[in-house]
Parts: sequence; C-alpha cells; structure tokens
Amino acid sequence: MTKQPLLALAALALAVPAAAQVKLNGAGATFPNIIYQDWILTYNKAHPDAQLNYQSIGSGGGIRQFSDGTVDFGATDAPMKDSAIAAIQGNVLHIPTVLGGDVPTYNLPEIKETLRFTPDILADIFLGKITKWSDARLAAVNPGVKLPAEDIVVVHRSDGSGTTFIWTDYLSKVSTEWDQKVGRGTSVNWPVGLGGKGNEGVTATVKQTPGALGYVELGYAMANQLPAGMVRNKAGKFITPSLESITAAAAGAMKEMGPSTDFRVSITNPEGDAAYPVSSFTWFLLHQQYEDATKAATLVKFVWWAETDGQSRAAPLGYAPLPKPLRPWIEARLKTITAGGKAVWTTAAR
Amino acid sequence: MTTVPLEPVAAPDTRWRVLRGRNASDRLYRGALTALALMLPLLLVAFLGELGTSAWPAIRHFGVRFLVTSVWDPVAEVYGAAPMIFGTLASSFLAVLIAVPLALGVAIYLTEFSPKWVRQPIAFLVELLAAIPSVVYGLWGIFVLIPFLRTYVVPPLRALFGWTPFLSGVFYGSSLLAGSVILAIMILPYIAAVSREVLLAVPASQREAALGMGATRWEAVWTAVVPYGRAGLIGAVILGMGRALGETMAVTMLIGNRHDISLSVLQPAYTMAAAIANEFSEATTNLYLSALFEVGLILFVVTVAVNALARLLIWRVARGTAVGSRAL
Repeated sequence: MTKQPLLALAALALAVPAAAQVKLNGAGATFPNIIYQDWILTYNKAHPDAQLNYQSIGSGGGIRQFSDGTVDFGATDAPMKDSAIAAIQGNVLHIPTVLGGDVPTYNLPEIKETLRFTPDILADIFLGKITKWSDARLAAVNPGVKLPAEDIVVVHRSDGSGTTFIWTDYLSKVSTEWDQKVGRGTSVNWPVGLGGKGNEGVTATVKQTPGALGYVELGYAMANQLPAGMVRNKAGKFITPSLESITAAAAGAMKEMGPSTDFRVSITNPEGDAAYPVSSFTWFLLHQQYEDATKAATLVKFVWWAETDGQSRAAPLGYAPLPKPLRPWIEARLKTITAGGKAVWTTAAR
Repeated sequence: MTTVPLEPVAAPDTRWRVLRGRNASDRLYRGALTALALMLPLLLVAFLGELGTSAWPAIRHFGVRFLVTSVWDPVAEVYGAAPMIFGTLASSFLAVLIAVPLALGVAIYLTEFSPKWVRQPIAFLVELLAAIPSVVYGLWGIFVLIPFLRTYVVPPLRALFGWTPFLSGVFYGSSLLAGSVILAIMILPYIAAVSREVLLAVPASQREAALGMGATRWEAVWTAVVPYGRAGLIGAVILGMGRALGETMAVTMLIGNRHDISLSVLQPAYTMAAAIANEFSEATTNLYLSALFEVGLILFVVTVAVNALARLLIWRVARGTAVGSRAL
C-alpha cells in the first residue's frame, strides 16, 4: 500500500526535470520570419521540451537585443559591423540559415519580353545617370525590345531592410562610384527615387507609377507574380532570379571561402555560370560562450536541425536553401560553441 | 461615530474648505485624486527626459547642424533632419488649408441650412471617416487618390499655375501633394465634428438678431454665428493640425519618403513621424538610433509649440464672449 504511491512519487520526481521545458527567446530580421516560425513549430512537435519563441522586430532590434543579452539568439539580414562585435567582446557567431535575393521589378505594361539588366546599367540607373528607358545602353542589351522614351522612376525601400542591404551591397561591388558615393547598408542616402515602405510599399508604388523600376525580395516577387528582370552575372550570363539560381550563387561564393571563413561574408556577384548575382545569406546570431548549458545545448540542437532537416522546408515557403557542401563548415562552427567552458555539441547529439 | 459641529458659514466655498481634511477617508480620497492628476504631467516630463537622454549623443555630435542640414546618410553616419521638419510642417499646413473650408462647410450646412432629417446621417458618415484605419487610407491613396490626382487634378493645376515654383518638376504620384490631401481627408472629421458642436452652441438669439436686422441667412452665418464661435472654431482647426503633425502610416505610404526640400508640392518629401516609423527597427548603430530619438524630440517640441501658439491665438480672439473658448 505504501510502496506504490512512493514509487509514483519517485517517478514524478524523475519525470519533472526530464520534461522541464527549455525556453529560448530570439528576435531579429523580418525577412526570414516565415521560415523561422515554421521551423520552431515543426521542431517543437518533435521536441516538446524545446520552447522557442521568435519575434521579427527587424535586424537592428535583433542585434541590439542580442547584444544586450535580452534574447538567447538573434537574427539579422545584414551582418554585424566590426565595431558592434567588438562591443560585445567578439562573443558572437553568424550562422547562415537560408538565402534571399533581390529582383528588379518594373512597370512597363507594353513590354512583353523579360528585360535584361547589366550590373553597370543597374548602378547607373540607381545613381540617376540613366534616366530614360530608351537609353542606348539598355537598348543594346535588350535587342528587339521596343523600349519607350519614358522616364525611369526609381523606387527603393524607405524603411531600413535586409533587402536594401543586399541591393546596395551588390551595387557597391559592381560600381566603384556607387561604393564611394552611397555605399552599403540597410538604409542608405539614395541619389534618386521614391521610397516605399516594405516590399508591399515598393510593389504598390511600382504598380501605380508608369516607368517605375524598383527592387523587391525574390519570395515576395514570386508570390505576387511581379515582372522580374534578368541580371547579368560575373560569368557574363543573363540569369533569371529563382531559388535555384540563388542557391547556385551561394555555391559559387563558396569557392572563395574556406572552412574557417567568417560567415559574415557577402555572396553578391559570385562566380558560377548559373549564379544569380543579387543574393545573400540571412543569419542566426549565436553566442560563442553561453552560461546556461541546457539552454545552449537545446539551441545548438535546434539550429543544427534547421541546417539539415529544416532546409527542405525552405523552398515551398519561398526561401532558397543553403548549398549542401556548406553543412560541414557550419557543423564545425557550431562545435565551437561552449557553455561554462565546455563544448555543448557532444550533448547536442543529432 | 463622532459628529463634527459645523460653524455657520457664509458661502458654500468656505464651508467646503471647513469640511475638507476632517475625515481620514476624505483625506485619502483627496490624496489619491491628486496623485492621479499629477500622473499625466509627470508622464509628460518622464517622456521628455527619456527622449532627451536617448537623443543626447546625436545632439552633442551634430549640434545645430542636425536642424539645418539635409543629408541623411546612415552609411556615413551623417544626419540632418531639415527636410523632415520642413515636410512635417508643410504637409500639415497644406492639409489644414484643404480641410478647413470643407469641414467648415459641412459644419455650417449641417447646423444652419440642412433639413433636419439629413443632419444625423451626414454627421454620422463624416465622423465615420475618423474610424478608418490609417493604413487603409494609405492603400486607398496609392490605388485611387494618386491615379486620380495624376489624371484629373495635376494637369489643370499645371495649366493654371505651372509657372510658379510650387508646381514644378515631374509628377510621379507619391508627393507632398498626395500626402497632404490624404491628411486633409483624415483630419476633416475631427474639424467638422468639433465645428458643428461649436456652431450648435451659438445661441439662437445671435441668428435672430442678425435676421431681424434684415440680414440674409448667409450674412447671418458670416456676421453673427461664425464670429461668435471663432475661438471654438480655431480650437477645432488646431485639433486637426495636431493630428496631422503626428500621422504616420498613411503619410509614409504617399509622400515618397525623400530626404529633400522642394518648394514644389508635386515632389516627394518626408515627415518626422514617417522617418521614425521607417527606420527605427533597422537602426543598427547607436548614433543612428540616437538621431532618430532626436527626430522624435523635435516632433514633440514642434507639436507642443504649435499647441502653445494655438492657445495664444484662442486667448487673443476669445476676449469677450465666445462659445467653446473655455472648453479648450
């Protein structure tokens, strides 16, 4: 009579710590929010003990909260600057999660063909040096297309965004003038153009302004079936933006990286015949050293799951998965994470 | 229970004073109410303090240049807010300019000229405008208002006044004009509703006297009713102005978000509220964030200044009797 309740009690005492939920909070970029929420939901079904929570407050806010230690992990579309990393004594790892790309979209209803752009043409349009659709350089790369003598109305993002970072990073790489005059950032001092808030704001402005040319995130352009121009890559090929050509860009960029390369690397304008040149990683921000071993182990486990099983969920949601050869490098990086001086990877077993 | 002997008192005011503070629960009640009343001013002070300290790095770094320069370059960390200050004031001023005649017209029609049965429905519909979320105004603005302006408003305006600097340059849609028109529509219900209340409160004797002197209805309204309620009417306009200064979402969707000062209403502009909403979440460096806080501080100061000016104006015109002056 006395034994059974005692046993039950003992079992309960054992069960409680085992089923204890680990709560992990993250915050940051809005662009990958959909896939992050999907990952968290899917992962939680298989691992009910891992309670993850992600708030898409923007990359800037994510970096701030991560640096202040109010969240366990951050997420960003633009890598942290050296000064920001120094401010937290270098206690951060950038781990790529998925890829995003920008596409040029335009409003020229009379043109049925897909327009082609070269890097220098895009840079000069956004610098305000090419102002008409009928410009000779545009005509030269679009043979057979009857381009109107209309003004080009440049439309850019008015809010700070990773999409802008990718676009300006690309223009900085292909145009020294852009690099010197404007530079790269989540928001920049635009030489010309109208600002629209969010992908939807840019899209609406492009749709309502004859002759407009803007840039939007690829997943958004696909979901809304916007006209998207082809862009000439480093290999000289005109590439249609797609999830495959973006993954190809990351694979091409890997040739310039090594296993120990900081993942903060930019992958715009990479090598590779099939590579679409305007794309970028988006990153999780993890600490190099954690204090709480249980939290660290759970987090690393989740991230590794996202890098492997989770990747198959990317494409249906409009994100480009990472190239497979990148995995061992990410694995090696995750193994360096410690908690209380000990590596957490062993306990994070796959 | 102890009874407090009351001394005979002359006026109710002094009697109230005598009663005050005799009873513990009364004292408690009074203390609680005082605390509540102090809460709002304290909140305001705390708000100003927080904005000030957060903005301090930018204030120290840029000084007066922040107010008078036009470059806003987050990459080079150079910030000048002059275009936003200009855009905020210009869009609000234009909006008031467009909204006031309309709102006043609605209010005068409803109080003086309309048959009784249309009053409630029209008043209700006008006030319903205030219930529409501002993002909906923004979308409507992009898809309906801008094409309308482009086709029907800008060409004739250009034909008449194209020679002035106010209508120069190419019109792409998103512009100071589009932002101001949407603001005008948004503040219209506030101005109209308050004006209507003010005009309703004008005593009938005012109208009767004017009509008795042989005035037409129109003359009665303009010479007897509107002047009588002028303080209240100015208050209504200020209420609308205040709302226009702070409006964010609809304006940012329509104004073009360009850090530039142009005299032409057809060119894109920027407002302080829009800049904060746009850039706050991705402001990655401390100076950038601080600059946005300073923009917030300036917006706060501008709003307070406009309100103070309005008070002064009302106080000037309200000497003598006027309806609604006390309420404001």
